Amino acid sequence: MAFGKKIGLQGLRYQGGGPMLAWVLHRIGGLAMVIFVGMHIVSSFAMQQFGSDLGTAINTIYESWPFQAVLFFFVIFHALNGLRIILLDLWPQFLKYQREATWLQWIVFIPMYGLTVFIMIINGLSGN
Amino acid sequence: MRSRTVPQRGFNLDYLMWLFTRLSGLTLFLLALIGVVGALLLGAREQVDLPTLVRWTFFPNPNHVVNSSIPDVTLGWANAYWQIMMILVLFFGVTHGFNGLRMVIEDYLGQSISQALLRGVIFLLWLFFMVMGIFVILAS
Repeated sequence: MAFGKKIGLQGLRYQGGGPMLAWVLHRIGGLAMVIFVGMHIVSSFAMQQFGSDLGTAINTIYESWPFQAVLFFFVIFHALNGLRIILLDLWPQFLKYQREATWLQWIVFIPMYGLTVFIMIINGLSGN
Repeated sequence: MRSRTVPQRGFNLDYLMWLFTRLSGLTLFLLALIGVVGALLLGAREQVDLPTLVRWTFFPNPNHVVNSSIPDVTLGWANAYWQIMMILVLFFGVTHGFNGLRMVIEDYLGQSISQALLRGVIFLLWLFFMVMGIFVILAS
């Protein structure tokens, strides 16, 4: 067996709450961005060097507003969550307030992402 | 099944990459700030839309966009300053990302597979994407 430890669905029983959700989203978003940036580099290289149709198609999908809306969720969330982690690492005496810090992070995130995605959808639906 | 070993204190890969993750995160904030100022200054002439502005913030290069309306590229963007900025964004972003990939994989696979082999493969992937990205920047 390749896996050294059990990683089944028992993890869902762990009641971590807000900080656990932040951890999960940080990981999923981080991996999604690694895949996105990697494929974007390869497709841009193919587009630039060979005028590849596949590369152009991939980059066209990357530029479409539904894709950008999902990507912006991950990027903005990862950035804000990373900032929270850095701040709590620098001042560990505030670690006991990390649940409140996570709520504060959502309070910053929701208008930031909401406004961005609102403008993007308005632009996207008007055909820009 | 063995439990995971806790990384030792001192200057080893785990500590250095822990530090690098934080510092590169802050550096990317700084580079985004520099980039968005440049994108706003140079994009203001053509009323760029928000997605184009953000793409231009991190990577002011015409070869990675398809339908974006790009303000006259040769005038303000095709110079060594923005090429160095793009290479910095690429370096910090890709290194941060592949180190994160390594951490996630090692969290789940731990000592059940060869750590040296895994790290070698991830290093080669990192090198591949770095070389390809720098080529795209310098060849445009």
